[in-house]
Amino acid sequence: MAQSEAELLDNPVAGRPTLILRSPDFHSITDVVAEPLERPTPIGWWLLFIPSVGLLSLLGVAVTWLFWEGIGIWGLNQPVGWAWDITNFVFWVGIGHAGTLISAILFLFRQKWRTSINRAAEAMTIFAVMCALTFPGIHVGRVWVAYWMFPIPNQMGMWPNFRSPLLWDVFAVSIYGTVSVLFWYVGLIPDLATMRDRSKTPIRKFVYGLFALGWRGSARQWHHYESAYLVLAALATPLVLSVHSIVSMDFAVSLLPGWHTTVFPPYFVAGAIFSGFAMVLTLMVICRKAFRLEHIITLRHFDYMAKIMLVTGTMVGYAYATEFFTAWYSGNPYEFFTFMNRALGPYAWAYWIMVSCNVISPQVFWFKKARTSIPILFVLSIVINIGMWFERFVIIVTSLHRDFLPSSWGYFTPTMWDVMCLLGSFGLFFTMFCLFVRFLPMVATAEVKTVLPQADPHWHPGSEHQIKDHRAAPRHRGAPEPAPEGSS
Amino acid sequence: MPLLVPQLPTGSHYGILAEFATPADLYHACERVRDEGFTRWDAHSPFPVHGLDKAMGLRRSPLPWIVLVMGLTGAALGFALQWWVHAKAYPLVISGKPYVSWPAYIPVTFEVGVLFGALGAVFGMLGLNRLPMHYHPLFRSKVFERVTDDAFFISIESWDPRFDASATRKLLESLGARSVELLES
Repeated sequence: MAQSEAELLDNPVAGRPTLILRSPDFHSITDVVAEPLERPTPIGWWLLFIPSVGLLSLLGVAVTWLFWEGIGIWGLNQPVGWAWDITNFVFWVGIGHAGTLISAILFLFRQKWRTSINRAAEAMTIFAVMCALTFPGIHVGRVWVAYWMFPIPNQMGMWPNFRSPLLWDVFAVSIYGTVSVLFWYVGLIPDLATMRDRSKTPIRKFVYGLFALGWRGSARQWHHYESAYLVLAALATPLVLSVHSIVSMDFAVSLLPGWHTTVFPPYFVAGAIFSGFAMVLTLMVICRKAFRLEHIITLRHFDYMAKIMLVTGTMVGYAYATEFFTAWYSGNPYEFFTFMNRALGPYAWAYWIMVSCNVISPQVFWFKKARTSIPILFVLSIVINIGMWFERFVIIVTSLHRDFLPSSWGYFTPTMWDVMCLLGSFGLFFTMFCLFVRFLPMVATAEVKTVLPQADPHWHPGSEHQIKDHRAAPRHRGAPEPAPEGSS
Repeated sequence: MPLLVPQLPTGSHYGILAEFATPADLYHACERVRDEGFTRWDAHSPFPVHGLDKAMGLRRSPLPWIVLVMGLTGAALGFALQWWVHAKAYPLVISGKPYVSWPAYIPVTFEVGVLFGALGAVFGMLGLNRLPMHYHPLFRSKVFERVTDDAFFISIESWDPRFDASATRKLLESLGARSVELLES
């Protein structure tokens, strides 16, 4: 089946297939998305949920011990005072960015294919931001003074420093999380109303009804709703670009060779979108299979996502090269040393993992066979996320571990608590995602219905028939026109 | 202000609900209802039907203006907070820069502006749509449950000056309605 669908992408006679395959009607779209939420919980869900909760409990244990003992339980010491904690933070914030790109930027560019995947991608954003916010929260060690990051005076009457990128970061990421939740919820309202109206039990009706806010699909409501959605997309677009730019300024505004680089904001944003799309792919490959959504999330969607990954992966590779060129061209021996040390020093293994995963591996997406092969996409999406985690590790740790004086050189090695925090953050992410696919519609049905041909108010049944026949029996060039269908 | 207008008709009947088979039928019916001069009526669909605002004669949504005002307010508050902290509440020389080193205040100013704008968009939309409203006479109709699935409706409220139970029903039937139903309030 997959093969024939891949051929369909290339068929010059049929032209491009519709976004949603198998020409479903409106009701079957509702059914295929809502029905899995109404069935008894399948075994497969427990098989994913229980290990996720297990990993999450690792995070609980590690964080409890961290608060008791302090951040010395991690492998941190002079000169490496930031390592996996901030690596994980930047990694998770980056993952989130693809969700906003899909929901906001592709919306502004009127890329209608986004409707099949935007709900799940936005959910991914929210859970990734939750994981991200965990790390700055716990890496302060003395968690009872974490409120020093908020714009309020502390017990000594001191205010935080608004000229510091670290405080910009607090604002950027927490506002990003808030706006992502708002955007996601607005998108959910019509679908929650669908769930409400399908409910068979009073509890479901009450809970879905409560959050659906009494939505009744009125055109006057849609009118304001669409306006709000457009404005939110227009606000989220510069927001998402600003968030990872500000995250990169945590490093770029410092004076450390390897961090102090003007290319960081665009380079970080490209990397964020790159890793985020890889995570969307990982999740969608599993979900479309588990929920039988192959006709809604099609190979064409994967083809497009793979192209975006090829572009952003190559941009990231270009940024790696630019950094090296600048280090050499600057004539600054410390800058040049940092980069030579990155590629050839004690952490060269990490550097070359990063380059092979992020720059070399996505190059297979030049080939359509790779872009439409589920196994290749799935494996590469995981490889890319490993590479993007290593990118942050390389940037943070290799820049720190050899200070200006050789007397302050060191080598960071993680402890089991570092590992537990990283694995635990995956536990948090997958636990939340499992809950999401169990209780909320993972495809925006109201939006998918708008891209069906019959949603167009100027559509009439005849036009649909012709397209169908056309595709079923491709004509040779010069063959006579097919006889018109029985007119309706 | 839309929020101050009473929301539901007061008589014994809420109005008439007519179901249409396709978005195209709904669209053409809306054009007719609009041209007949009805004012207190609405269309209902599982998804936004493209161009229906035109077919119904709806004016542009004022929502972007709410968002603009909220966004600018947020940005001003964000800037004022930083200015007040660094120039008034806790003046401290950092990196030898002036107290009001405004370029460093831009990121937080922008972020707070976006936050207020987004809150304005969401709560402005809910306010203009008068949501949450968990009770509505339309929910009494059994067929109306399918409005969030695959059904398309026009509802004409009984307090519309042109409303007449039998004439309006005939009009909707003549527009190709699948079923027409009189709803109690």
